[in-house]
Amino acid sequence: MHAIDLIMWPIQKIIGVRNMPYIFLLPNLIFFGLFVIIPLGANFFFSLSSGDELLFAERELPTTKQYDQLFDCESYLNPNTCTEDFFWRGVYNTIFFVVFQVGLMIFFSVLTAVILNKKIIGRGFFRSVFFFPVLLSPVVVGLIWQWILLKNGAFNAIIESYGGDKVSFLTDPSWAMASVIFVSIWAHMGFYTLIVLAGLQAIPPNLYEAAEMDGTSRERIFFRITLPLLMPNLLVVFILASIKGVQTFDEIYVLTGGGPGTSTSLIVQYIFTTGFASSGSVQNFGLAAAASMVLGVVLLFLTLMQLYFSRNKESKHQEI
Amino acid sequence: MSETTSRIIKIATKKRYKNKYHWTDYFSYFYLFLGVLLMFGPVVWLGLSSLKTLAGIQEYPPTILPLSQIQVDVEGYDKPLPIFNVTQEDGSVKQLAQIKRIGINAKMVDPLNPGETVKVPIDKREKIREFKIQWQNYVDPLRKYDFLLYFKNSTFITVVATIITLIINSMAAYALSIYEFRGKNFALVFVIGTLLIPLTIILVPVFYVVANFGMINSLWGVILPGAATPTGVFLLRQYMLTLPRELIEAARMDHASEWAIYWRVVLPLSIPAIAVLAIFSIMWRWNDFLWPLIVLSKSEVYTLQIGLNAFHGELTSQWNYVLSMTMVTLLPIAIIFAYLQKFITTGIASTGMK
Repeated sequence: MHAIDLIMWPIQKIIGVRNMPYIFLLPNLIFFGLFVIIPLGANFFFSLSSGDELLFAERELPTTKQYDQLFDCESYLNPNTCTEDFFWRGVYNTIFFVVFQVGLMIFFSVLTAVILNKKIIGRGFFRSVFFFPVLLSPVVVGLIWQWILLKNGAFNAIIESYGGDKVSFLTDPSWAMASVIFVSIWAHMGFYTLIVLAGLQAIPPNLYEAAEMDGTSRERIFFRITLPLLMPNLLVVFILASIKGVQTFDEIYVLTGGGPGTSTSLIVQYIFTTGFASSGSVQNFGLAAAASMVLGVVLLFLTLMQLYFSRNKESKHQEI
Repeated sequence: MSETTSRIIKIATKKRYKNKYHWTDYFSYFYLFLGVLLMFGPVVWLGLSSLKTLAGIQEYPPTILPLSQIQVDVEGYDKPLPIFNVTQEDGSVKQLAQIKRIGINAKMVDPLNPGETVKVPIDKREKIREFKIQWQNYVDPLRKYDFLLYFKNSTFITVVATIITLIINSMAAYALSIYEFRGKNFALVFVIGTLLIPLTIILVPVFYVVANFGMINSLWGVILPGAATPTGVFLLRQYMLTLPRELIEAARMDHASEWAIYWRVVLPLSIPAIAVLAIFSIMWRWNDFLWPLIVLSKSEVYTLQIGLNAFHGELTSQWNYVLSMTMVTLLPIAIIFAYLQKFITTGIASTGMK
């Protein structure tokens, strides 16, 4: 008997065995309630009230002011015509970022996974090399690359030794986004490679044996067997990567701080800056909450898609 | 190409298809070689450079190994001066120390004869380097700045948060896997529901809740909000569902309390799943950035990640310290990975979480 049992035993005596599961669930539910459910409700409240105060009682209610301000644009296609041009730049930057980051990352993940799935020497070693960056923290990733991509950094030294010109990867607005996408792919590719690899290994080997027996070319095997059978897996990877991509913040924050100007500011950067950045003029919690709601709608849509597709996949394969 | 290397390559690219090499075989090895350079190179490069002197780090084009220019103290000069091999007019080479550079000429002095200075065209001199490991990069920030404190804070958050996460998540998983009770499905849906709500969309109100508890600028404000994780509950529940029910029935026959069944029977049997969750929790917590950035604004409560970022922001030119502390920050995770690599990769592949 240990200390906790001295408390739990009388409780069990009083409420009975049948009610014990509620006791076991309770701590978790309290945490979820306090830090997820209540905040979710409060987010509506914040987004529908105005004022600089964080306290409920001191905020004006109800108002759609935040949403009006957020969506006040002459033309939604041109962020410069919006009151909250920073938000809309964030939206467009996020779309651009997600399209290229997710697209390229899935391409390279599949390529890497297919190669790692071959019978090659040192497969375990190569696998961990590609996976390793996933475990690095965003600050570590950001600082390593900020330093390598410096004007007088290693990357430019390599470029110059091949006769190229130095590039300001992180301070030139036309390069910053590309650099940020590159670093983000570098940091997260290993995770998706691993999932695709698991998908590849789930393809029954007898299909390949049959194809080899028939003398089918490798290119044909890839496009006719591997890719079609991998598709359900790729769909889930695609949505998962989009969900993460839309919420990207920390690496970019360390790498460029959203700059130069706003050229690498995404939506979460907007929420963070508007709601919390102490250097900003006024912390506008309401506006940040409203922007969170917009992001939430996008994520909800993506997550529902994910649940739908992974359920489909489950019913087909009966696994995971 | 020598015979041995070609033989090694032949073995390495052992073909599946009779005697023909397929272009994909060559491509694969080329790709993997590039991959190793690109994925692992930066970290190796970081490790090597963190041992250089500041001057060595700022050198362009950079050297790979921690070589630094030798500096000597010369009488009459406050700072140590860098020394060069200078080719004299008669072709002989002499070691001179540089006082300063003026355009294409350098004002130099012979360390053995500090009285007179000479002007030397800069293309006639060559740096003298030595292999020198700068351990100061690691010692100084821990002594002069607060990195030891940040390290302690990070460790505290990681350990305490992981323990809380393991206990409350395994309790919930136990309830949801062993018992049948009213509202079980509701609880399951509730837990799945929280999966749909990432922190990024409730930043403001979670901050509000944490502020209400007075946990701003407290390590508990970082620990508590993420302690209950839906992925953790599901991972553990999936595992507990596979445990034989007879064990639990037998324990109940022996008049074990429900808590004792959880603590003495189910928990010890679930160690594999708990270990996976523990590793993930440690990684999440150690690497966490956005939430600590919001909650912690005083330097005495900074975690290593926040402290490192702030330090870099304040002292942009101190790359020697930034690089060494980046190494310190990534080392614990790298060590865990080196030992538990299989565990981590199979954990990710089977749960799809990160």
